[in-house]
Amino acid sequence: MVGNGMAGVRTLEELRKIAPDLYDITVFGAEPHANYNRILLSPVLAGEMTLKDIMLNDVDWYQATGITLHLKKKIAKIDRVARKVIADDGTEETYDRLLLATGSNPFVLPIPGKDLPGVITYRDIHDTNAMIAAAGQYKTAVVIGGGLLGLEAANGLKLRGMAVTVVHLADWLMERQLDKTAADMLQKSLEHKGLKFLLRQQTTAIHPNAEGRVAKVSFADGEEVAADLVVMAVGIKPNDELARAAGIHCTRGIVVSDTLQTFDPRIYAVGECVNHRGIAYGLVAPLFEMAKVCANHLAHMGIGRYAGSVTSTKLKVTGVDLFSAGNFQGSADTEDILLHDAIGGVYKKIVLKNDCIVGAVMVGDTGDGSWFFQMLRDKQNIADIRDHLMFGKAHLGNTGHQGQTNAAEMPDTMEVCGCNGVCKGVIVKAIKEKGLFTLDDVRKHTKASSSCGSCTELVEQILASTIGGAYAPQANKLKPMCGCTDHTHEEVRKVIREQHLLAIPDVMRFMQWRTANGCASCRPALNYYLISTWPHEARDDPQSRFINERAHANIQKDGTYSVVPRMYGGVTSAQELRRIADVVDKYQIPTVKVTGGQRIDLLGVKKADLPKVWADLDMPSGHAYAKALRTVKTCVGSEWCRFGVQNSTQMGIDLERTFAKMYAPHKVKLAVSGCPRNCAESGIKDVGVIGVDSGWEIYVAGNGGIKTEVAQFLCKVKTAEEVLEYAGAFLQMYREQARYLDRTVHWVARVGLDVVKQRVVEDAEGRKALYGRLLYALQGEPDPWRERAERKVAREEYEALTV
Amino acid sequence: MNAPEKAIVNDWIRVCAVDDIPRLGARVVASEHGDIALFRNAEDEVFALLDRCPHKGGPLSQGIVFGRQVACPLHNWTIGLADGQALAPDVGCTRRFDVRVENGAVILKL
Ligand code: SRM
Ligand SMILES: Cc1cc2nc3c(=O)[nH]c(=O)nc-3n(C[C@H](O)[C@H](O)[C@H](O)COP(=O)(O)OP(=O)(O)OC[C@H]3O[C@@H](n4cnc5c(N)ncnc54)[C@H](O)[C@@H]3O)c2cc1C
Ligand code: SF4
Ligand code: FES
Repeated sequence: MVGNGMAGVRTLEELRKIAPDLYDITVFGAEPHANYNRILLSPVLAGEMTLKDIMLNDVDWYQATGITLHLKKKIAKIDRVARKVIADDGTEETYDRLLLATGSNPFVLPIPGKDLPGVITYRDIHDTNAMIAAAGQYKTAVVIGGGLLGLEAANGLKLRGMAVTVVHLADWLMERQLDKTAADMLQKSLEHKGLKFLLRQQTTAIHPNAEGRVAKVSFADGEEVAADLVVMAVGIKPNDELARAAGIHCTRGIVVSDTLQTFDPRIYAVGECVNHRGIAYGLVAPLFEMAKVCANHLAHMGIGRYAGSVTSTKLKVTGVDLFSAGNFQGSADTEDILLHDAIGGVYKKIVLKNDCIVGAVMVGDTGDGSWFFQMLRDKQNIADIRDHLMFGKAHLGNTGHQGQTNAAEMPDTMEVCGCNGVCKGVIVKAIKEKGLFTLDDVRKHTKASSSCGSCTELVEQILASTIGGAYAPQANKLKPMCGCTDHTHEEVRKVIREQHLLAIPDVMRFMQWRTANGCASCRPALNYYLISTWPHEARDDPQSRFINERAHANIQKDGTYSVVPRMYGGVTSAQELRRIADVVDKYQIPTVKVTGGQRIDLLGVKKADLPKVWADLDMPSGHAYAKALRTVKTCVGSEWCRFGVQNSTQMGIDLERTFAKMYAPHKVKLAVSGCPRNCAESGIKDVGVIGVDSGWEIYVAGNGGIKTEVAQFLCKVKTAEEVLEYAGAFLQMYREQARYLDRTVHWVARVGLDVVKQRVVEDAEGRKALYGRLLYALQGEPDPWRERAERKVAREEYEALTV
Repeated sequence: MNAPEKAIVNDWIRVCAVDDIPRLGARVVASEHGDIALFRNAEDEVFALLDRCPHKGGPLSQGIVFGRQVACPLHNWTIGLADGQALAPDVGCTRRFDVRVENGAVILKL
């Protein structure tokens, strides 16, 4: 590999993950350092970090992984005939495959004085150190170029005590990422920090003082500014000289195919040095996507194509919040939604085309940047949420972090993840010091957002503001199921259906899983997809179920289990209560609790006792442990209540009896209220039914958990039979379409309520077919507790061996 | 010789047949060292670990087995079956026991 930078080394890391022993790898790097995080040079310049903090792979890493590393050796020539590379000091190395990752070079204005001492560019550690040294010695600096890099350089030099002027040719700052309004606000907040700006100025010459060091800069209109240091940050050009000299086709970068191959099939290229479909990228996120695809082909796997990236921009200047993505300017066929609060310092613009987001610019409040960006990349239809799109996700109730929805406003000591007790400062530190780039990395290293996930957006915001445009949330539609495969949930479901696959190993073979038997994340999903697609045909695999579903009880922190028997519609009897009381005494069950779902929980049961407890209880399983129908909450309804207009209790019992034992992508909760006072809380259920004088209203896709979501009105029906049919059809559609671990709310948010209404409400035949498929799947489904109480199945699950 | 009848230290003991452990699953052996989890993977290799996750003591026997690893049922740490080590970036280790398979029998060293 030639070029020891971010894109190249990432490719090697990806390659080692999937084919660790395929190649003997040698790396040549022109810089004297191992692989560091180039984008964090700005915090180093600003004095917030040191070089040691930003190392991604130190020399030890290369040693440990058996990669031969040549530092400070620049490759001068590629001999494609002899298949070898030759370094400037004469070192030679042959190759079977060559990977070019030479990055880019800063563009230097061809003006008089460009080579004077004190005139530098901003690309690597050497430049950064030169700036730090100059700031210690001199007073005034001029930064030429008001783009991302220039502004970060200017900010750093200012923080190191210099008087800094930014000179920019265009009418406003960052004109390729911001519109004028946004840029003006940015300029104001930077002026507030003490930076000076000269816009619409063309630099024509740099002049020396008596000692031959830079002294001033002059412009086309004759004006001049004094400068002890000049930083040129006017753009980059792909570093394709080496490839060009070797006769490889280059036009503004090394031209590569979608498999990252150059015109010489033995030579691959990734990073800023390439030109892919006419674009040379200058941000890390697309380069990492390239790295993944390139590694896959280097490993002879041959799947995956790089089809280009949509990029987003964030400025890494502490205290300045700015986000931009896509076509932020808009054009004749687009519309804008605007919010502009000049005094409050907030500006947001969303550009829409055919009900999809195609671009966004935000200043001041960028908390929803990654949400917008994800919808942009997913081309998600936003017609349904258009009226509150601008106010973001945040105004909806997320629990667990003191109501905070904006990471920028949180102090370092504030808790972000309420499940694992992780503070903002800890996350920022880990991102910087460990070189984390993705949400997954942060989850692994800090545990933040790895449990209930309600703080995911906050963590994404922290990532985005710490590493700038290098953070790109994965487009939802393209998200692979897990690390074992590149296929999405939808692709896997489709293949299972079309190929009539019936067992997990068959799916893995057919879809070329990377791992021999999957992982704890894909196996339960595959198992569900199989049994929901082919009921009575595909065989359930207990070893691919999470322990709760395998043991049919909820595991507790001390390894004991809880038992929640079914009480249809929340109604019980003296006999049932007496049996429960007897079981509690007999097995010395420490805690009996009424649950939030209108039934009783026996907590702290020893695993070995479970089958006996179930036998003595003689009640059906409540599936309180399963991705399945949980409870159907009811109110007393018209039988007793003076306001009740419908028999909600009976309706609830009927629903629960019909759908009990229904496995689903996630747990499913229903409720039925007898009048609009809604005592059963039908408004926050997967399916909520509300009795009115003339019939029943059905609401769907509510959620009362991590993020409270109010259910949406689906339709109104007259009879109890219709309630069963409509609710059943809705649930079957969810079972057939949703991704594993999607609650109904997540799935409906993705496909849109309109699509659901079309199939469940408007298409009578389709509705009946859906309902029929659900009833067929539930036919003859045994009660898991009874089977086990009678010792018919899975005895060894509950019995320990002894020695 | 009057050897104490209690616990012959470092002895190999037959505990069960390989087929008593579900493939890609586990069985618990109650022993004087505490519960020991016996795992069997897809290739019918058998491993033995103390049934306590290095994180917060979760019963590893109840986890999902894949490759030569198990995912703890409580908070999803991944533990290596052969060495009892938690997968990076998590750190921790659970005690492992020697175990071998002979003619379809699982033989554990205690
Ligand atoms: C027992 C109970 C609490 C109680 O003492 O009342 C309970 C206990 C647990 N809940 Fe719950 N939830 C209980 C009612 C609820 C409710 C209220 C309700 O159902 O009306 C909610 C909010 C409503 C909702 O789900 O929309 C609720 C929202 C959650 C969530 C968040 C779900 C979400 O999508 O946001 C989780 C986490 C998850 O499922 O991933 C959860 C997970 C859990 C788990 C299963 C955690 C776990 O994986 O071990 C707890 C199991 C304890 C145990 O071993 O029994 N529990 N949980 C309630 C059992 C009801 C029942 O009879 O089945
Ligand atoms: C100050 C700064 C801030 C940035 N901020 C962000 C940001 O916030 N977000 C973002 O997404 N991106 C940012 N970037 C851009 C990001 O750093 C680059 O996109 C990324 O580093 C490019 O990776 P690369 O591997 O293609 O090139 P590089 O990381 O530049 O690596 C190329 C390496 O190849 C070496 N090399 C070149 N030719 C040869 C040769 N012939 N022989 C041997 N070695 C050679 C070079 O010395 C260099 O070390 C920033 C860049 C800078 C400079
Ligand atoms: S019962 Fe529910 S809310 Fe209570 S601690 Fe467990 S998961 Fe959290
Ligand atoms: S106890 Fe095993 S992961 Fe927490």
